[in-house]
Amino acid sequence: MQELVNRAKELLADGTVTRVLGWKSGDLAYNPEPAYFETAEELDNFVYNGFCGANLSKYMIKASKLEGKTLVFLKPCDTYSFNQLIKEHRVDREKTYIIGIGCKGKLDIEKIKKMGIKGIETISGINTEDDTEVLTIQTVYGEKTCKYSDAMFERCHVCKGKEHKIHDELIGESKDTKDKERFEEIEKIEAMSPEEKFAFFQNELSKCIRCNACRNVCPACSCLKCVFDSNKFDSQQKANVDSFEEKMFHIIRAFHVAGRCTDCGECSRVCPQGIPLHLFNRKFIKDINEFYGDFQAGEDAETNGPLTSFTFEDVEPSVVSERG
Amino acid sequence: MYKIKRENLSALFQLIAEKQELYLPIKVAEQVNFAPWIQECVVDLDTLKSVKSPKDIFFPQSENLYTVTQKNKKYTIKQEELQKQNFVVFGMKACDVQGVKVLDQVFLVKPIDTFYAARREHGTIVAMACNEPEESCFCKVFSVDCANPLADVAVWMVEDEMYWKAVTEKGEKLTEQVKELLNQTSDAEQSKLETLKENIHNIVEKLPYMNLSLEGWDGNATEKKFDSPLWDELYKPCLACGTCTFVCPTCQCYDIKDYDTGKGIQRYRCWDSCMYSDFTMMAHGNNRTSQMQRFRQRFMHKLVYYPANNNGMYSCVGCGRCVDKCPASLNIVKVIKAFHKEEDNK
Repeated sequence: MQELVNRAKELLADGTVTRVLGWKSGDLAYNPEPAYFETAEELDNFVYNGFCGANLSKYMIKASKLEGKTLVFLKPCDTYSFNQLIKEHRVDREKTYIIGIGCKGKLDIEKIKKMGIKGIETISGINTEDDTEVLTIQTVYGEKTCKYSDAMFERCHVCKGKEHKIHDELIGESKDTKDKERFEEIEKIEAMSPEEKFAFFQNELSKCIRCNACRNVCPACSCLKCVFDSNKFDSQQKANVDSFEEKMFHIIRAFHVAGRCTDCGECSRVCPQGIPLHLFNRKFIKDINEFYGDFQAGEDAETNGPLTSFTFEDVEPSVVSERG
Repeated sequence: MYKIKRENLSALFQLIAEKQELYLPIKVAEQVNFAPWIQECVVDLDTLKSVKSPKDIFFPQSENLYTVTQKNKKYTIKQEELQKQNFVVFGMKACDVQGVKVLDQVFLVKPIDTFYAARREHGTIVAMACNEPEESCFCKVFSVDCANPLADVAVWMVEDEMYWKAVTEKGEKLTEQVKELLNQTSDAEQSKLETLKENIHNIVEKLPYMNLSLEGWDGNATEKKFDSPLWDELYKPCLACGTCTFVCPTCQCYDIKDYDTGKGIQRYRCWDSCMYSDFTMMAHGNNRTSQMQRFRQRFMHKLVYYPANNNGMYSCVGCGRCVDKCPASLNIVKVIKAFHKEEDNK
């Protein structure tokens, strides 16, 4: 971590960048927050560890509009989002200095708490350079341990790989965390009957409180004014109504980000109700792969996505409609 | 004081539910929230905090106020009925009960919110002590004692038994209803309860947020806090979602809107969030045009404006749900601490 701080200080000092976008330490063992740093002194609060799950590409939409260049630290999966945002003209590459940083999987405090671990004072083993597979957690109820991988987000178990898809320089090593097939969960749902599918999603979405965290954190949701927020249309929707959440909001959002979603998993990370929202997007990704050939959004910043380019080989709508 | 064995709790819930609607912390798809009890539901009294606070039992996230229907150039207006049936909320925590008191100050003063008042009148609250408070809890800061929940009935889990104490008249009535399942506690058991409370208080002292100081935050702090440059720093990671406001037991702002039914309108109200861009939007526009202003509003309301209007009572109860759930790990504790740090440096 010190290497990141040192490099950031250098780049600030020599005027390459005006500010640094990273994370600063929190006041609990697990709550660092995304933060801007403009001076070397401020960087003393910089932190990078297993709880820095936030995808800072989203913050670059705003940072791109600020005066001067911003240094941003991106994990391998975050770089896909950044590429996609370049493609959509939402971020300014020229005003961004990207340091690709190592990642050994990010930690979900909710998973740790679900193991019955509470009253947490400190957690060791969370740093990228820590040579351990186990988290040791001091709590007011005694010392607990859990495997690092058992506390990882789902997205890390289906990690897209250690490669940064865009960067100016790289610091730190990454680890292979993938131990599950990406479409395994989707296949399970596909195998359900329509009634079972509906019941599954209804059960999950009934928990939705329409807080909009999934939308606001999503790098693909970059509309200046969301159709659900605009009071100029009847589509504005603030009330929490089961039928709306189940049949409209999340479905429309999934359609809107189809072909652009990189599967970064931020929607599921931030959902206060633990709804596995990534399942919608991943289903679209699987379908796109099957209909148009393998495609990974954010792999680069140039290629036209299958849904925004027409070819004569494109699948006919009837194929989709017959398949259901 | 009475007691009931843990294994008899489902019989207790059944008995209560026979006479009135019963709300309990219920697990659906791995998450615990308050919901009406039904035979096949999974009751979870062990999870410390429900994701959403139980405030929506008294102040639902969305509710219809009245319906207007048009027929042959005639309009009929039908008001939504007020709560008439009694109900019981079982398993609220001391902080959540304090949250309801915060709402009372808003909705039960003139002009009284009749929808809310009817639910308060017909609701009986059984509050449960927190045997194992967590690191995000800071109820003690607001003088809430999680070992002594004050509601209509107070209950404690002591080993494999639940101790039951009626506190108010409503609580006595509920106790009468379920007396066949309750047994008197002995003196020895009374002292067991005292030991439990002592243990809880010992844990509270060990938790990192419990002795947070509120110095500098009161009804007179507007001038000192409002124009602080700190807000410009603090708000930056905020994603402008409404998570903090929707899991909060005291956030009480709502919007009123019309839903076009095709044959008229349904006027409803739903929770609003000061984090949202159209919050308090008026014909002339919006009085808070930046996210910094919206962010500031939430904390100023809880720690300055509300106390200014309610004899110093804060509209935060220290439940820590915002601490647990903010996607950017921001929260009221970090805000309070940041101001302390700045004031110490001066």
